[in-house]
Amino acid sequence: MKSFARSGVLGLVCAFIAAPAYAADVSTGPCGFCVLWDWIPFILNGFALNVVISILAMMLALVLGIGLGLMQISESKLASVPARFVTQLLRNAPWIVILFMIMSLIPYRIEVQGWGNFILSDWIKATFAFSLPVMANVSEILRGAVASVPKGQWESAESLAFSRGQSLRWIILPQCVKQMIPHLMNWFALLVLATPLASIIGVREAVGSAQAAMESAGSSPTLLIPFYFFLMMIFFIFIYPVAIWSRRLERNYAINS
Amino acid sequence: MQSIPDNSAVSLAASPSMVTVSIRDLHLSYGKLEVIKGVSLDIRRGEVVCIIGPSGSGKSTLIRCINGLTPFQSGSITVGDQQVGDAKLDKIRLRRKVGIVFQQYNLFPHKTALQNVMMAPLKVLKEPRAEVERRARELLAKVRLAGKEDSFPGELSGGQQQRVAIARSLAMRPEIMLFDEVTAALDPETVQEVLLTIRELAEDGMTCVLVTHEMAFAREVADHVYFTDGGKIVEHGPPEEIFGSPQDERTQRFLSRLL
Amino acid sequence: MDAILTLIAPFFRDLYETTGINFNVFYDPYQFKRFLIGAENSILLILAAILLSVIVGVAGAAIQQSRSTWLRWLVGGYIQLFRNTPPMVQLLFFYFGLGAYAPQVDMGGYYQPMVSAFGWAVIALGIFGGAFNVEIFRSGIEAVPKATLEAAESLGFKPWQTFVYFTLPLAFRICLPALTTNLVSLAKTTSLAYVISVPEMANMLNQVWSSTFNIPEMMAVLFCFYVGVVWLLAAFLHWLERRLRLRGYSK
Ligand SMILES: Nc1ncnc2c1ncn2[C@@H]1O[C@H](COP(=O)(O)OP(=O)(O)O)[C@@H](O)[C@H]1O
Ligand SMILES: [Mg+2]
Repeated sequence: MKSFARSGVLGLVCAFIAAPAYAADVSTGPCGFCVLWDWIPFILNGFALNVVISILAMMLALVLGIGLGLMQISESKLASVPARFVTQLLRNAPWIVILFMIMSLIPYRIEVQGWGNFILSDWIKATFAFSLPVMANVSEILRGAVASVPKGQWESAESLAFSRGQSLRWIILPQCVKQMIPHLMNWFALLVLATPLASIIGVREAVGSAQAAMESAGSSPTLLIPFYFFLMMIFFIFIYPVAIWSRRLERNYAINS
Repeated sequence: MQSIPDNSAVSLAASPSMVTVSIRDLHLSYGKLEVIKGVSLDIRRGEVVCIIGPSGSGKSTLIRCINGLTPFQSGSITVGDQQVGDAKLDKIRLRRKVGIVFQQYNLFPHKTALQNVMMAPLKVLKEPRAEVERRARELLAKVRLAGKEDSFPGELSGGQQQRVAIARSLAMRPEIMLFDEVTAALDPETVQEVLLTIRELAEDGMTCVLVTHEMAFAREVADHVYFTDGGKIVEHGPPEEIFGSPQDERTQRFLSRLL
Repeated sequence: MDAILTLIAPFFRDLYETTGINFNVFYDPYQFKRFLIGAENSILLILAAILLSVIVGVAGAAIQQSRSTWLRWLVGGYIQLFRNTPPMVQLLFFYFGLGAYAPQVDMGGYYQPMVSAFGWAVIALGIFGGAFNVEIFRSGIEAVPKATLEAAESLGFKPWQTFVYFTLPLAFRICLPALTTNLVSLAKTTSLAYVISVPEMANMLNQVWSSTFNIPEMMAVLFCFYVGVVWLLAAFLHWLERRLRLRGYSK
């Protein structure tokens, strides 16, 4: 674990040293890193939106995904078949395709009787779009976790006169939580890494902000490597601890069971 | 083809006194743990040698050294005209001469029984396929596995897998066969199938080194028995002596516990 | 292809005339052409990215077996960098960042970049997917039983022969389920090539709906196309898994 983390960080340090050296060598034009320096607050501001979108989408995905997952394991075919279908469909569709569909199919303004009008800005639509694939995967994680609980647990709960719902609530699900957490963290990381897609539809998150910044700074080609490299670094710094932490949890779980 | 010696009873039994493996003052340790503390022994052509002794006394380590699988620190092992400790040792030639069969069979799980037997002659010796296949089928028949050629290891019982492993080693036409507790992982019923195969090999005149806990079998087939304890050879001699009237107190204790 | 169009065109033209649901890519030859270009590029991109990612994965795993600490650290850094940054930004970095410095080829009067957008997409996505494959292959190699390799050694196989005949085939079988998951995920990620204007399905359909405004229909086509292709790929890999499963060891 330690050596794994260390090797990752060391490799990055090498890349950090190598990349500007390369850029400085072949470029003619303004010093990309100097320009970047002035725009860092602006880009970080954009990154805050990535974080907000990720957190909101994750919460939505958890709520919807657990509901969908419970439908999947329901004994009623009326619930389980559609739930399984939706889960598989959304798991197999690329993020960008789901984003396009939500963008084009959900109107800009929604009227709710008695509540007034709601304006759905692009970033809210993007949040909803990103929550869908995560929802499908949460649903699948839940189904897998429940399936991995030994049959004997259901049987002994039944022998104690628990109903199916009670067995699930008090016996089965509590055993699932521990093994689900690393998977959920992993999906949170994937969600964060997908949020730059919002820039395609004009949301000013980190990547959209960086592109706008490069434009205002004169669109010199010398800006490209520093700006995109910087973007990679902010995401890395945010995600790497999550990755390490979820790996550690997963390993602990594997050892304890 | 002609230059490769034949393993038939006649050619081997003709020179019974010829020493083929000679170990002198062998020492081996894993880090601080001394596993072999000065072992010397000779194995003659066509002889069946049994090594017995308590678990952890270094029996496996000793025979793995003969095959060059485990390096040792001092002493010498001579196999035919080769020095196993030699830095420039031709390992391929050594392993053609010395076959080894392990307790856990270690077959190649992605190959059929026939392919397991054919792999080494084809890829290591680079012999023609038709000839290799003919011999492989003969060997499988010899270990009573005719009809199982196309089965995968996972589809065979432990005893059957072990016999494939023996055939796989024999396909290299070795001069010496090493067996490391080859029946220890088997069900009592299948032990006999494997022992029968080994007995037939011994009767054909193959030089065999057996590490075994099957004392009745050792007594019956062995020409010479070595008893090891704590990395040393405590006592050795013909089976009647070792089993009938063991001299050392440790041998007595070991044998009485088994009987 | 034209035969297919003549076969399906009447149905979709009729559908449009009676209901107004406009799948013009399935009856208008000009739009059908766009659909075919998109399909071809998307599928080629998926196959090429998968191929490159597997090559990168095997090479990285081989380097990780090496004794050089520096090389192992370099590969470790590569894996962490590409696993923990957005693939879309990686793509932009390669295409715009490195692409700006890539050599240009003289095409007799005008200059063209030596590596096309499609080429950069293959490189970036192959390297991205490869970062996951290295770890998958490495754990596969480490899971091959040492005793089996020792048996090969005792039969006189040279180290490279043991690696090629035993380590690789067994490691491949062990890691195939994890590899399937990653390659399916990579196939979905190739749709990001949209952002660097590779003429893949999303871009071609975008051209269609920009001119004929049948957005919902084209969205349905895009969605079904990717779900279908990803499903086919998954089905093929699962078939391969079953075929290569070690006989007699299944549960
Ligand atoms: N690869 C190894 N590394 C460290 N110690 C080992 C290794 N192989 C065997 N040993 C030790 O060497 C001793 C002798 O082992 P072994 O030759 O397998 O004994 P036997 O076959 O007589 O049971 C044991 O104490 C064992 O723990
Ligand atoms: Mg042993």
